[in-house]
Amino acid sequence: MKIHEYQAKDLLRAAGVPVLAGRVARTPEEAAAAFTALGTPVCAVKAQIHAGGRGKGQVIGSTQRGVELAKSADDAARIAKGLLGNTLVTIQTGPEGQVVRQVFVESGCAIDRELYCAVLVDRRVGSPVLIASTAGGMDIEEVAHNTPELILSEPFDPDRGLASYQARLLAAKLGLPTASWRHAEAFFRKLCAAFVSLDASLLEINPLVLTKDGTLVALDAKMTFDDNALFRHKDLTALRDEAEEEPAETRAAAAGLSYVKLNGTIGCLVNGAGLAMSTMDLVKYHGGQPANFLDVGGGADVNQVTEAFRIILSDPHVKAILVNIFGGIMRCTTIANAVVEASKTVGFTVPLVVRLEGTEVEEGKKILANSGTAIITADGLTDAAKKVVAAANAA
Amino acid sequence: MSILVNRDTRVICQGITGKVGEFHTRGCLEYGTRMVGGVTPGKAGETVVGLPVFNTVAEARDATGANATMIFVPPAFAADAILEAVGAGIELVIAITEGIPVLDMARVMPVVKASKSRLIGPNCPGVITPGECKIGIMPGYIHTPGHVGVMSRSGTLTYEAVWQLTQLGHGQSTCVGLGGDPLVGSSFIDILTLFQADPDTHAILMMGEIGGSAEEEAAAFVKQHVTKPVAAFIAGRTAPPGKRMGHAGAIISGGKGTAEAKLEALRDAGIEIAESPADMGQALVRAIKRR
Repeated sequence: MKIHEYQAKDLLRAAGVPVLAGRVARTPEEAAAAFTALGTPVCAVKAQIHAGGRGKGQVIGSTQRGVELAKSADDAARIAKGLLGNTLVTIQTGPEGQVVRQVFVESGCAIDRELYCAVLVDRRVGSPVLIASTAGGMDIEEVAHNTPELILSEPFDPDRGLASYQARLLAAKLGLPTASWRHAEAFFRKLCAAFVSLDASLLEINPLVLTKDGTLVALDAKMTFDDNALFRHKDLTALRDEAEEEPAETRAAAAGLSYVKLNGTIGCLVNGAGLAMSTMDLVKYHGGQPANFLDVGGGADVNQVTEAFRIILSDPHVKAILVNIFGGIMRCTTIANAVVEASKTVGFTVPLVVRLEGTEVEEGKKILANSGTAIITADGLTDAAKKVVAAANAA
Repeated sequence: MSILVNRDTRVICQGITGKVGEFHTRGCLEYGTRMVGGVTPGKAGETVVGLPVFNTVAEARDATGANATMIFVPPAFAADAILEAVGAGIELVIAITEGIPVLDMARVMPVVKASKSRLIGPNCPGVITPGECKIGIMPGYIHTPGHVGVMSRSGTLTYEAVWQLTQLGHGQSTCVGLGGDPLVGSSFIDILTLFQADPDTHAILMMGEIGGSAEEEAAAFVKQHVTKPVAAFIAGRTAPPGKRMGHAGAIISGGKGTAEAKLEALRDAGIEIAESPADMGQALVRAIKRR
C-alpha cells in the first residue's frame, strides 16, 4: 500500500525523524492560509500524488511543475491553483499522468547538501538494509546503474535495529562534518526503527538534506507498506487513498485477486503469478498485446472468479479473453463453473479461449462442453495463445 | 536417488486441523507419502485423516520420528511455526503458507541459517520426488519418475514445465518450489548444489522471474560448478517496468533484475534458454543434446 508524502511525514514526525513543518491544502485559499500560518519567508508547494519525479514533472497544458517555491501567500495560492484538479505527468506516472487532488505546503530550510537514503529489505542479505548515497535528488536508479560505488548499504537486524556505529560509518562515508555525526546517528537509527515498527516495504528519503546549521532533515518521503503485514496495522489502512488507485485494481484487491491493468486487447485470467506473467509473455510472443495481468490465486471460489471476468470485461479495450489454468489448489471445475456463471450473469461480449490442465481437468472440460456457452477450447499453451490472438485480430 | 525427500521421509503437517491442511495431507497420503502425524496447538489427541494430532512439533517428532514438516499455518502465525519446527530439530521444513510479512521472515532467516534445518519456501508449492514422496500442493499425476531436476520461484509455472517434460518422456528426479516471496529459505544455488551432487539427476530445468538477482547469481554458480545440462525460462519478459519492482528495489541489484539482464547472464553461463513458456520442455531436450 502506498501513501502520500504528507502522510509519510506525519508518521516520521511521530517516530522522531526530523521533518519540516507543513500543511496539506485542497483549495488555493487553504494553500494561502497554510503559507501564512507556517510563517517562513519561502514555502514549497508540492503536488500530492502516488508517484515520484514530481519536481521535474509538468502539468498537462501548462508550464506548472509538480513542486514550486512560493514567496508569498498569493504565490502559494497561484501555484496551488495551477496544480489542483489538473493532471501532472512525471517520469513515474506514464504519459496519461495523475490528477492532483491535494497539495502539501511546507516551510523552507537552508540547504547545504542534498543526499539520498532509503530503507528496504534486501533479498540477498535476507534482512532490512539502510542505503545511502551522496547523489541526493538524482534519479537513484541511474546512480545505481552508472556509479554503483556511490551507493552505500548497511544491513540490520529488525529487532536490534541499526547500530550506532553503522550510522556513524555512513555519516563518515557521506562526508558529513563530524559535528553532525551525533545528529545523523539519531536520524538513521530512528528511520530504521520506523521502518520496522510500521512494517514498511520501502521508506525512501530523496533528498535527505544537510542544512546549513548541520542537521539532517527528510525533505521528501516516500513510504509503502508490506500488504501482508497490514493485518497488524489497522490504523494505517485509514491512510489508503483509493482515488490514487486504478479503480479496477482496487476492485480486484477487494475480491482477493491480483490485477494489473495494461494497455492491450487480450484479457488474461490465470492462476499463479509466474504463470500469469508467462501467459502475457506468450501472448506477446504470438503477436498479441495483453490487456491485463490477473492472478486468481490458489484458493479463489466461483464468486471470485466470476468477479474476475467482470473486471476483465469492464475494460472496453478487451477484444478477446484467454483463460489459462493449471490446477493445483485451484480446481478446473471451479473455473469451469465460473465461466458458466459469468456467461449467465455477465454475458461474454468477446470471444473466450479456455485452456485447462491439472486438478479435476476432465470434469471441468465436461462442465464447459455441457453448458452451451460459446467457448474456443485449446490444447496446450501455444494453441491457446494462437487462438486468442487470432480471435482478437478478427474482432 | 533424488534430493531432499524420498520414500523414507517421515512427514508431519503443521496446521493439519485446518481445512487446507487436512485437504493436502490427504492428497499427500494418497500419493504415497509417509505422512505420520500433525500439529495444532491445543488439539492433541484428535485424529485427522487417520493421523494423530500433537500439541507441539517436539512431541510429534518424538512420537513419530518425523524428519520433515509441511506448514499450512495461517500467515500471522506461520513464522512462529517455522521457528518451532527448527527448534524441534526437524531436518526439512517446507512452508507452503502464502502472505507471511516480510519482516517476520527477516527474523526467521538467521535462526534457520544457524541451525541444521533446511527451509523451503514460504509461498511455495512444496517438493516432490515422483513416485516416492510428495510434500505440498502440486497435482501428483503430472509428474513421472526420471532424471530431470526441476526448480522454480513460481508454483503453477512449475506444473506447466513438469507437464511438458512428462509429455516429452522426460521424468523428474525431484521438483522443488523455492517460493515467490522476497525472502525464502533456499535459493537456486542451494538446490543446484544438491542436484549437481545427486547421481540420479542428469539435467536441470529452472524457472525464474523478473526482480531481484537470484537468477544472475545462479547463472554464475552454474558456470563455475555445474557440469550437467541446464535449461532455463524467465517469466515476465514483457512485464512493464515499475509495476512489480519497487523504485529502490532496483538499487541493490544495480541495474540487474530485468528479464534481459537475467537472460544474458544465463546464456553467458551456457544455459539453454526457453524462448516462450511453451518451449520449456523442448529447451531441456536441446540442453541435453548439446552435450
